[in-house]
Amino acid sequence: MNKIKHIWMKITGFSLFFPLLCLAVVLVINLIRTPDFFRISMNNGVLYGYVIDILNRSSELIILATGMTLVVAASGGTDISVGAVSAVAGAVCIYSLIGGASSDVYRIPYVLALVLGILAGTACGVFNGFLVAKLHIQPMVATLILFTAGRGIAQVLTQGFILYVRKESFKYLGNFLPGIPVPTPIFIAALVVILTILLLKRTSLGLYIQSVGVNRIASRLVGLNSSLIIFLVYVFSGFCAGIAGMIITSRVYSIDANNAGLNIELDAILSVAIGGNSLGGGKFTLIGSVIGAITIQALTTSLYAMKVTADQLPVYKAIVVVIIVAIQSPVVKRWMKAVRHKNALSGNRKKVKA
Amino acid sequence: MSDKKILLTMRHITKTFPGVRALSDVDFTLRYGEIHALMGENGAGKSTLIKVLTGVEEMDNGEIYMDGIDHPIINRSPQEAQAIGISTVYQEINLCPNLSVAENIFIGREPKKFGRIDWKTMNRKAGDLLSNLNIHIDVSKPLSNYSVAIQQMVAIARAVDISSKVLILDEPTSSLDEQEVEKLFAVMQKLKESGIGIIFVTHFLDQVYKISDRITVLRNGCLVGEYETDKLPSVELVELMIGKEIDDLAKLSKEENDDNNGKKEIIVEARELGHTGTINPFNLKIHKGEVIGLSGLLGSGRSELARAVYGADKPDQGELYFKGKKLQVKTPLDAMKAGMAYLPENRKEEGIIEDLSVRENIIIALQARQGIFKMIRRKEQEEFADRIIDLLQIKTSGKDIPIKQLSGGNQQKVILGRWLLTNPDFLILDEPTRGIDVGTKTEIQKLVLKLAEEGKTVLFISSEIDEMLRVCNKIAVLRDRRMVSELKGDDLSQSNIMKAIAGGETGDE
Repeated sequence: MNKIKHIWMKITGFSLFFPLLCLAVVLVINLIRTPDFFRISMNNGVLYGYVIDILNRSSELIILATGMTLVVAASGGTDISVGAVSAVAGAVCIYSLIGGASSDVYRIPYVLALVLGILAGTACGVFNGFLVAKLHIQPMVATLILFTAGRGIAQVLTQGFILYVRKESFKYLGNFLPGIPVPTPIFIAALVVILTILLLKRTSLGLYIQSVGVNRIASRLVGLNSSLIIFLVYVFSGFCAGIAGMIITSRVYSIDANNAGLNIELDAILSVAIGGNSLGGGKFTLIGSVIGAITIQALTTSLYAMKVTADQLPVYKAIVVVIIVAIQSPVVKRWMKAVRHKNALSGNRKKVKA
Repeated sequence: MSDKKILLTMRHITKTFPGVRALSDVDFTLRYGEIHALMGENGAGKSTLIKVLTGVEEMDNGEIYMDGIDHPIINRSPQEAQAIGISTVYQEINLCPNLSVAENIFIGREPKKFGRIDWKTMNRKAGDLLSNLNIHIDVSKPLSNYSVAIQQMVAIARAVDISSKVLILDEPTSSLDEQEVEKLFAVMQKLKESGIGIIFVTHFLDQVYKISDRITVLRNGCLVGEYETDKLPSVELVELMIGKEIDDLAKLSKEENDDNNGKKEIIVEARELGHTGTINPFNLKIHKGEVIGLSGLLGSGRSELARAVYGADKPDQGELYFKGKKLQVKTPLDAMKAGMAYLPENRKEEGIIEDLSVRENIIIALQARQGIFKMIRRKEQEEFADRIIDLLQIKTSGKDIPIKQLSGGNQQKVILGRWLLTNPDFLILDEPTRGIDVGTKTEIQKLVLKLAEEGKTVLFISSEIDEMLRVCNKIAVLRDRRMVSELKGDDLSQSNIMKAIAGGETGDE
């Protein structure tokens, strides 16, 4: 009995416990409502099923949440421009590829267009980083500029049209590569996450980011260039938004400057929060954010599976999100801790009696 | 004087913080119409006593009685204390600078007419209150229009108007100039005449003698005694505050004599180095193996001088030579790479990185110097952490717990260890022993001397003069952001330093 309690306390003390619990609850509810939720089938050489769909659809969100996690950790602020920036990146990519009208002829090599798109996202990150790190503008205000202006910039390139790329190979990135049954975005998201984790663990960047996020002044005095680190995380967030923009445009083989990545920045911030990260900065867990992103997408997909219509979706989503965030709030956590503490005490007392 | 009626009695007050006994068995008595100075060095327990009285901290043991209340009082919050007539004005003024003076005085209890704020009455009442204290200002102007001194008096007026039996002034004069102090004293005198008991916490001896009737001295959390001000010579007061029992340290030998310094290598040389607005240009030569102290009142520029040398505030004039070579410090990293270390004055705001572990806090400076790509391997990090914890005898339940869970003294040791790990040639230690227990204090002082023996050079800043006398070979004194004198050898004495701090005969009137 005591041993179980001990293990239980160890589990609940684990930092990813809550994010995983939330995801598990969402999945279990799904299983009850939609019995074939976990079924994966093979059709025309590719995998189908809710689980595959969730992972596939959450790819952009995972990539954006990766950048967002570092932004939150280092600066205690958020980058609300990532949705608009991914639209900019998409517009730059497609415009440089086919010009100002839908077409099936490439003006420049495809890979170069991808690079340009991602560079455009990174450039937006440089702009944000400059405003936040050098000019000390509040992150929310600084990134609000591109949040509003970004889609305008994209519109300038597309002249207000939805530009289509009528070429089968353009769809590979956001759908399937020929002969591979798993959707491509899953690979890209996994790659981004793994490379970021390696970057954080193999260099001291992870430590620097946390240190600056916890105490910017003290970090400067131990020799860290706090401004540079904050600058870099915004650049990285822009870079991630660029990659996400490539996937988004490839999914629908077009750029719609008004709707590409619309409202996704809010989901990205939410992913970070649901992942158990403090939005005040400092200590962070990237895996938590990834779990958070998957949870949000699982929620969306499962609500669709329960036949909730798209216009009602936000209501249900909001209810679940409120519950998830409340469970992880400091007040509830403290209460949980008190209960655990009490359990531990009574456990000890029983031991003494025995 | 002693026939005045007793207003407030505190008996056997004891308060323990983790690892430190902040107060043990302290008595305190306040009479009606009395200005009672509470004196003691940093960490003597003054602020803890005030906090216990005002309900900010809960005492472990003891009793508090107040005239007119027939049972012991226990204040659980400043509001409760205020309700029975105890109010406090802190050093940092807790008012809203953008609201008007009158609003600040009556905020939360505005006079109302027909459910709306009666501005006319409020302004008139505020004006009356202040003119009672001989302050004649336009109360409808924002508070920020007025000097810190006026703001302080507004805070006092508010405190007195809310509840007026016991008024606690916690270091009220530290940011005031001489004339403003005079004004404040006039106000205090007036309040005293109206029967209010005032507890006056300050570091300035002359002010105590100017205004107070009685002095209670605390030392290391214990009561030294209560004295009538005019019967206690200031020299004796200083002795009471500093005490003599830490004799262990008196035996510590300062290895270096000045005579050797001529031959010794100069480690740091500042030529007209300065930072506009914080420290005027100064010249300073520090020799290898020397412990040089910086003395002066808070705000005299002692910390600012250190910050300019380390590049925490990038100096905008003059030159700095380090180990014989000209050094351009643009950021702390430059200074650190050259071989400097800097332990800042505010441990909490500038020293510890509170959510990071003890291990991370120890290796962070070394890691910052090595750069982002040369990561110290985890195993090595643990070895470093173990070594520092062992060397400095840091009390912690593990090297992977957040540093914020450690006591103040142990946090300070971690920060010291952080710098020792970088093996610096020159350490700047700004108030390394502030707010930590006596045992750790002694350890740190010993460590400083040991470092000097090993050939390291230390710049030591402390507001406790006796501590400086124990560890420093040479003391530079600062006043009004200027370096005013340098004392060494036989000139190093408490009275000489005090004189230099106060400005001696050349002091401005």
